[in-house]
Amino acid sequence: MSAPPPLRIRGLSVGYPSDHGAIQAVREVDLDVAAGEFLGIVGESGSGKTQLLLAILRLSAPHARLAGSIRYREQELLQLNVRALNQVRGNRISMVFQDPMTALNPYLRIGRQITEVLRVHRNVSGREAERRGIEMLESVHIPEGPRRMRQYPHELSGGMRQRVMIAMALIAEPEILLADEPSTALDVTVQAQILSLFQELRARTGTAIVLVTHDLGVIAEVADRVAVMYAGRIMEQAPIHELFAHPRHPYTEALQQSIPRIDAPRPTHLASIGGAPPNAAALPAGCAFAPRCIYRMPICESIDPPLIEAAPGHWKACHHQGPLGKLRSEAA
Amino acid sequence: MLRYTVRRLLGAIPTLLVIVTLAFLLLHAAPGGPFDAAKRMLPEIQKSIEAKYHLDEPLWRQYLRYLGDLARGDLGPSFQYRGTSVNEIIAQGLPVDATIGLTAITLALVVGGAVGVNAALRRGSRWDYGSMAFAVAGISTPVFVVAPLMILIFAVTLHWLPAGDWVGGSPSHLVLPAIALALPYVAYIARLMRGSTIEVLNSPFIRTARAKGLPLRLIVWRHALRPTLTPLVSFLGPAIAGLLTGSIVVESVFGLPGIGRHFITAALNRDYTLVIGITVLYGALIILFNLLADLCYAWIDPRVRLR
Repeated sequence: MSAPPPLRIRGLSVGYPSDHGAIQAVREVDLDVAAGEFLGIVGESGSGKTQLLLAILRLSAPHARLAGSIRYREQELLQLNVRALNQVRGNRISMVFQDPMTALNPYLRIGRQITEVLRVHRNVSGREAERRGIEMLESVHIPEGPRRMRQYPHELSGGMRQRVMIAMALIAEPEILLADEPSTALDVTVQAQILSLFQELRARTGTAIVLVTHDLGVIAEVADRVAVMYAGRIMEQAPIHELFAHPRHPYTEALQQSIPRIDAPRPTHLASIGGAPPNAAALPAGCAFAPRCIYRMPICESIDPPLIEAAPGHWKACHHQGPLGKLRSEAA
Repeated sequence: MLRYTVRRLLGAIPTLLVIVTLAFLLLHAAPGGPFDAAKRMLPEIQKSIEAKYHLDEPLWRQYLRYLGDLARGDLGPSFQYRGTSVNEIIAQGLPVDATIGLTAITLALVVGGAVGVNAALRRGSRWDYGSMAFAVAGISTPVFVVAPLMILIFAVTLHWLPAGDWVGGSPSHLVLPAIALALPYVAYIARLMRGSTIEVLNSPFIRTARAKGLPLRLIVWRHALRPTLTPLVSFLGPAIAGLLTGSIVVESVFGLPGIGRHFITAALNRDYTLVIGITVLYGALIILFNLLADLCYAWIDPRVRLR
């Protein structure tokens, strides 16, 4: 890839002041989003993945403290005034949220909610916006566009509402689409439909997609590249096949082991990771995963390992050198 | 919607009947009657007057007679103002109260709404603290303190406006009473709107609107305003009914010929028909404005279906 990535995040931290010390939701994250790529961000609840996504469009809660740099092309998003920021939001970078039941405005018709994006960002007539809206509904596989445009969100099913959210996010043809657990709140069959819709739309429009999920299985199906987050940091980052074939971080390895497999010999004991994630207000001095890590060494408890490129395109934040595999041999 | 409205209006009849019955019984249970208080009368004269107003009949018969008149829209003759019917008294007083009340509620909506929404948008700022301090003061200062102060400043000292009286509904006579009546409502609506706006601004669909890059103006007017109106409407329904029937204090201070002042004198004088008449009017207005509030919910929120 010769062209510089359109989105470059460097040293991004998101903190929330609290009575029990600052809560560090995101810590020193470096991340690039290349043009047209499908990037997955995986992590458990509280790992900071949603906070990272919200920070990109500066949608974090008002009392959040953001530090570091988020560059979109020539613009530093963290320095932009609101007017300039609004020209990026929904236009160059757009976002789809987790729960389509609450993310759409229940008081406004679908048509208004879709077309207003176009009216704000493009100089189009109401009729043209309406036509583009119906077209957009069609491309997210919602038939009867003209009728749907006049309906309210509560008249649509959950899957349908999420398609509306996606239509809304893509109507201005953004360069990057951020999706925060877009299928988590939906039925399993609908989940699969939404995921394949993302792939289809990326192939057709060339929009880069950043998909945040807690489900490594979902990532495996759709993403080109994966970043694994834990306690606000990126622990490992690699192309999808590389990550699954050669995980280099013990946390990634443990996550993979905990995916249930339908072809496994029964009865199989489903592996889980011992212990619990650390309290974001009182993180350990060294590596945040150390207390739960089976490869733990003395250095892990004092020095937080930096994210380094262990192999071309494969980054990890771990003191452990050499191959993993302890888990697999234990399981066998 | 029409069927719903008709059904609600029919449903109001039993409610009104209960109100009438309770008012009737309570008044007649109170000791004394309309014609035995101050002046001594010859027993024969008193008897003939009571016979004229059917007060010599058994209570159940008076009650049925009253209901029969009420069904025809006749609230009966006033006992206190001889030769004047309750209908006439209300027809004279209601326009005064309605004019001042509607002016006050409009004022309260515009000023209170603007102050509240602005405070929510600038939460934690000086504007926010300043306007909420004003709101607390507005709610907790009684009208009988504010109204004379206003007269003292704007009428007596500055000579800008008349101190009271009601000259054919001239606008200058309207200003001070309307403002005095509106002040606590301005304050209450400001607090109400601040609270509901803050709540709505924290909702996920507002975050979506921000993520779409909409300017603040659109987010507030198109996305946030409508949902904030629901609690406002709940408050306004009964409040408007109360404002239209007049405030005793405001009427007394500004010397206005409204209904409110009749209410207390009528109760003290055992003017049965006038008290029941005003009570029924007030009850009917409350029922009417609560129905309007419910119709407003359906207009505000597409998820509300009236059945």
